[in-house]
Amino acid sequence: MEEALLVPEIRIVNVSKNFGKVVALDNVNLQIHDQEYFSLLGPSGCGKTTLLRIIAGLIQPDKGDVYIGGRRVNDVPPEDRDVGFVFQTFALFPHMNAWNNVTYGPRVKGYDMKKAETIGHEVLEMVKLHERIDAFPNELSGGMMQRIAVARALGAGAKLLLLDEALGQLDAKVRSELRYEIRRMAKDLGLTSIHVTHDQSEAMAISDRIAVMKKGRIIQVGAPNELYMTPQNIFVAYFIGESNFLEGYVVSVSNEVKTLELRGGVKVQAVDKDARSGERVVLAVRPEAFMAEKGTKKGKNAMLGSVERVTFEGTSMRYEVRLENEDLVVLVKPSMSGEWFNIGEQITVSFQPEKAHIFPYPEAGLKEEIAVE
Amino acid sequence: MMTQRVNRAQAVIRLDGRSDIFSYGNLIKYKSESHLKKRFNVGRLSVRRKKQLIKSGAWQRLDKLSSRKSVKYSVYLTAVVVFFVLILLPPILGIIIKWSTIQEFSSQQDLVSRALSAIQNSFVIALLVSAIDVIAGIPLAWMITRGKSKWLNVLDTLSDIPFVVPTAALGYSLFLFWSGPEGVSSLFESSLISPGWLLVVLLHFTFSYPVVVRVVVGALLDYKMEYERASRTLGAPPFTASRTVTFPIIKPSVIAAFVLAFSRSLSETGATFLVAGVFENGPVFIQNMINDSAIHPESKVTYEGATVFASFILIIVALAIFAAIRFLGPKLKLPVKRIWPTFERKISYKKAESSRNTITLLVFFAVVLIPSLFVALPAFEAIFTDTLPRAISRVGVWEGYWQSLLLSYLLGAVATFLNVILGLPMAILIARKKLGSFASAIMDLLVNIPLIVPSIALGVSLKIFWKESFPFIPEMWLLIFAHLAITYPYFVRSMAAAVERISLDMEEASRTLGAKPLGVFRTIVLPLTKYSILSGAIMVFTRSVSETGASVAVASTLQTAPVVIVNWVKQKVPATSLEIGLGCGFLILLSFMILLALRFIVREKGKY
Repeated sequence: MEEALLVPEIRIVNVSKNFGKVVALDNVNLQIHDQEYFSLLGPSGCGKTTLLRIIAGLIQPDKGDVYIGGRRVNDVPPEDRDVGFVFQTFALFPHMNAWNNVTYGPRVKGYDMKKAETIGHEVLEMVKLHERIDAFPNELSGGMMQRIAVARALGAGAKLLLLDEALGQLDAKVRSELRYEIRRMAKDLGLTSIHVTHDQSEAMAISDRIAVMKKGRIIQVGAPNELYMTPQNIFVAYFIGESNFLEGYVVSVSNEVKTLELRGGVKVQAVDKDARSGERVVLAVRPEAFMAEKGTKKGKNAMLGSVERVTFEGTSMRYEVRLENEDLVVLVKPSMSGEWFNIGEQITVSFQPEKAHIFPYPEAGLKEEIAVE
Repeated sequence: MMTQRVNRAQAVIRLDGRSDIFSYGNLIKYKSESHLKKRFNVGRLSVRRKKQLIKSGAWQRLDKLSSRKSVKYSVYLTAVVVFFVLILLPPILGIIIKWSTIQEFSSQQDLVSRALSAIQNSFVIALLVSAIDVIAGIPLAWMITRGKSKWLNVLDTLSDIPFVVPTAALGYSLFLFWSGPEGVSSLFESSLISPGWLLVVLLHFTFSYPVVVRVVVGALLDYKMEYERASRTLGAPPFTASRTVTFPIIKPSVIAAFVLAFSRSLSETGATFLVAGVFENGPVFIQNMINDSAIHPESKVTYEGATVFASFILIIVALAIFAAIRFLGPKLKLPVKRIWPTFERKISYKKAESSRNTITLLVFFAVVLIPSLFVALPAFEAIFTDTLPRAISRVGVWEGYWQSLLLSYLLGAVATFLNVILGLPMAILIARKKLGSFASAIMDLLVNIPLIVPSIALGVSLKIFWKESFPFIPEMWLLIFAHLAITYPYFVRSMAAAVERISLDMEEASRTLGAKPLGVFRTIVLPLTKYSILSGAIMVFTRSVSETGASVAVASTLQTAPVVIVNWVKQKVPATSLEIGLGCGFLILLSFMILLALRFIVREKGKY
């Protein structure tokens, strides 16, 4: 019970929110620890931004409670919640220069001028933008605006940093640099951070833990490697990283090793606790979990197929393989080691039973279950 | 080979809000019916598509024509020439023509000082009223845009009423409310506010208040709430957030609202004349001079000199003030750096907010709405007496009433039509900077001039120009020119803003799909702005029907409805109070119908 020893900095209890007929949040429960870097991840419209805004006090929940540091804050207006919020559009005040933007927080809180200036210098130092102190937002590049926005949020003295798709509007290179920088700052200052994003690689790269959301619900919460290695449902397997889905039935069970029959009578084995005999299931295998050899080989979980498409991706080679049973699978191999396959080549694909996951076949259908829009 | 630039905008080209995305390129290139069938693999084309194909013959030729530079530029050139010849230059030349009479007039010391003090009154009142408008209008606009009650929609509509009610009827209504024996004065021993400068201020506040509310509501709706939210999360209570962030950002709109209120106050003639008593402002002085010259034909020259002199000064000072606001406005800084945390915190929350809203509503209902509609009382009374049958059978004073009503609405319709024809190319020219950014910016400035110039002064100089250069010009034409000039800026400004809102990407997407310039206009600009055109047209129409000053100045035999009302109230024609009430009532009733149409149209606009 390690959980109980930590002080939960933020607690979301049974929070629901509707916008008209649209359900934005459906009975959400969540705990975020002190000084944790936490991400809310999900496709657009999943309610992640709504949840963030409820934490900030910009939106009132229809039902449920929000606790920050043990205090119920439902009736506390945003200006008294001590949060730093970084907006997707940055929302830098266009009529103020960088300096007045970053010192805005201390000033409206009524600190004296000297203290406000000290804070201003500190946070500008932190984001390394001291030289652009006089620039107005429209004179700054996207990356600079983003850093000023972070500096402004930090300058308000927040213990809680909320980032709403804060990197979404930046170029890919700048984005991947800034995300580490933000995490480092948050950790240095000992802040609790909640980072909303729809980019799973961004969430994976910087988070201590991630909550995957879909249609107003939290589906799974866990550390990046947990979510990746042991997804608890199809959507997580699909949304985090990449997965091949093969439909089939459980034909026999021996302890945790289940034998499945896939389309075309192909029999494979996989490890899972819950699957029952006769159940209709979906088998999920990560592209890099596949092993592949040229030619026709026999062995555990061996499936024959021919290469249909080859894509060079720099660090890896990506193959689309049409199996004998007409299922299409994707596999990824390091580009610098091992042999390359060519289009039309016959290969044998296999995987280790413990590297695959078995999910019950979704009631709504597989396509609907993993739809992100 | 046509490059198909696929951008995001291309995917959102919408015709009439329905999805014609995929066939757009083919339709605009006038591909045949059989081609379309084959391309989209359908057996039958929808009626709508067929109609588009049938019409296409003539359009195809016109579209082709429009891609010629000469044709394109001649359309814009015509718009510019018409603007100069019909709208901008005549008033200026009119004053130059009569320059000599001004010199003659300047020897009349007492009249000169009377004129100058009247003009001074005009500007003092206009400044005072627009300042009050902004102070009182912002809380109401705030309430309308930020409140959550469903009644706010009603409030929003109500706030437009004084704008559409013709000012002459409004003036009479206010007069009854504040000074008449049946109004609030009945609570006191004598009349509460007798005609004079205070009543003029109240009147001007009443009719310019909706203008300010409308503009600020628009600005607040366009404003990105993100800024305010950011301010709140940084620790600013609501009042501080709006003072330091929201208002500095919408400041240009507040200034624009101020200018509009200012120019409306400066221009208004008919209603002011009704409630002014012995008090004179610029337009009232001019109106008095015009009336006097009809009574004393022997000293006509003196009176004419006085009107020209007063018009000239009014125009010059109005332009100077406008230029000053335009130049100094952006430099005006609000004190965003100073913060008073405890005080601002206090006035931010529930109690302060609800008391602010109460005061705002109180002012709106007691000073603006109820006085505006007070005339409904005698109008309603008149329905149950013999006044109504007399009105319908056109007995006595009613003889000319219906004719004048018809004239007013006819005039409004003609002015609206001309505005759409002449104003639309100008609006596009300004919005899309067709003459290069510098010349287009100049045009943008010039178009505003008739808005700033007091309408009676505009009418005076307009009449001089046309009468001097074409002595036999019919009065009807003068009325049309005057009304066109007054309403032109309203239409062009609102259309230019509407065109600017259309993303240039959409037009470019349409071009890459093969549309010629006219095709772009027909299929993209027109459908996306048609509601703006309609609401602009209705605004022009209302303004024209409401106009008194210019009508008095240019026409002596033709009388528009507001002029008739003014004459009735001033007892030039012996009309009873019931008759005046009913006369105003009809005008207001018609205006209401227009307002409802406007609301309906603007609601439709939500689709885009």
